[in-house]
Amino acid sequence: MSKSISPGVARGEPLVLQEPLSLWGGVDPETGDIVEPAHPQHGENVAGRVLLMPHGRGSSSSSSVLAELLRRGVGPAAIVLREPDSILAIGALVASELYGSVCPIVVTDTDPGPGTWVVDGDRATVRGEGVQISRSKSDIE
Amino acid sequence: MDLSVRDREMLSGERGEAVQLAMKLLVAVGEAEDAPHLIDVIAGHIDACLFHGVAGLDFAERLVEGGGEVAVPTTLNVSSLDLIHPDLYRGDPETARLARRLMDAYVAMGCRPTWTCAPYQLSWRPSTGDQIAWGESNAIVFANSVLGARTNRYGDFLDICAALTGRAPYTGLHTDEGRLGDFVVELQLEDGLLDDEVTYALIGHAVGKMAGVDVPVIVGLDPDRVDEDRLKNLGAASASSGAVAMFHAVGVTPEAPTLEAATGGREVPTRILGTTELEEARRQLSRPSGRLGAVSVGTPHMSINEMRRLAELVGGRTTKVPFYVNTSRDVYEVAREEGLAGVIEAAGIEVVTDTCTYITPIMGEIRGDLMTNSGKLAYYAPANLGANVALASLADCVESAMTGGPAVGES
Repeated sequence: MSKSISPGVARGEPLVLQEPLSLWGGVDPETGDIVEPAHPQHGENVAGRVLLMPHGRGSSSSSSVLAELLRRGVGPAAIVLREPDSILAIGALVASELYGSVCPIVVTDTDPGPGTWVVDGDRATVRGEGVQISRSKSDIE
Repeated sequence: MDLSVRDREMLSGERGEAVQLAMKLLVAVGEAEDAPHLIDVIAGHIDACLFHGVAGLDFAERLVEGGGEVAVPTTLNVSSLDLIHPDLYRGDPETARLARRLMDAYVAMGCRPTWTCAPYQLSWRPSTGDQIAWGESNAIVFANSVLGARTNRYGDFLDICAALTGRAPYTGLHTDEGRLGDFVVELQLEDGLLDDEVTYALIGHAVGKMAGVDVPVIVGLDPDRVDEDRLKNLGAASASSGAVAMFHAVGVTPEAPTLEAATGGREVPTRILGTTELEEARRQLSRPSGRLGAVSVGTPHMSINEMRRLAELVGGRTTKVPFYVNTSRDVYEVAREEGLAGVIEAAGIEVVTDTCTYITPIMGEIRGDLMTNSGKLAYYAPANLGANVALASLADCVESAMTGGPAVGES
């Protein structure tokens, strides 16, 4: 069963987080770099990627950090969650309201496998596109 | 989701643009969470007044321009600045200017300029059963667990949406079922450990790691040896290492007179928290090198009782290392009236109000261990401040500071 908590359609290379990540304190809001020293994916960057997070973690300030990442154009292309997370949802919705940015968030147990993922927050689907790489923001529409 | 007539009026813009946007966002989140309807909340606490970037400021100023005015009594969390001691701020002046604009925007919407992460220490606070919408993770866990008030984890933006409309989605910890314990944490600790205040930070840290987003039921705390300050430290640590928004402590917290009451009589799993788990938590939070660099206490903000203890512990001596105490302007005012602030400041201790040393540049370079009695500060300081932490009781923090060290790791 899939559910959308932020609308829009986006595609990108998946970044599957091995552990939950608090965007506040865990991601640099100016660059999208994962800066939490203890996180297994410390040093990766979320910009333009489809983030797969099992669930959110930590600070209620993560909404602000997601909105700021999207404002600066270094936010994730989309987010795929295993459990709903209103803190991430509100961050994406506010950025959409203020800047017209698109960051669909879908809650699903689908695993599209390797290659580019297309996250459709209007139809609540996530599908894979084989092994093509398509990371640029202009590809999103 | 079912909306009331008043909800629909707000959504259609009849109560102004700010309220319309707030209701639109509440409805979107309520539907994402499968809430059946919205409920009234009687109070708000806003975390979004802490500056994280221009997006948060754009949102707040848009609400002000749209005529936003809070519908229920609403307090404000810490900001990035200490307005009472502005010279303490060592950060970028442009960031300070934007942070100040953000603070002004929330005050313009009618929020009270309390600037504290411990709104439960203010003269009014919610009571058991009150439905509220609070942000700030330690305040959320304290309200639910210790006060028995009902709030979900309101993230930035959703907190002010609830305050502007007086409404919130009826899900999770607002409901009876959502508040039942999901698992038991059975304490198996030497009795003497329950006299040591550091134990409460360590229990909180360990429980947060076990719980994730679940509601733990702690069995084995002694009601005669806990007070609000110890429960504050426990809850704050659990909301840092995990996403704990509520815990029960059997015989201590209001919704847990018995284990059965806390779990609703359901069969739930039991986890043991013994000496091994406690020492593991201590190793994760405290790595004293023996060289004392600075002391910071009051994360979350010091209560008036803690200020009284601090003044007594100081005993007319002077600190030999930089020493910071974070508290609210309301508690500071009482501390001044009682003559405590004078005693503390005469010891060379820097009182920080309106903000906190772990979120804004106040402390200079720390040459040696940062000593604290706070599990939450110990959790965030290595990443936020690049500091090496020594966790100890308030008495040990003061003793080390007055003698110049060494920083001890346990009492």
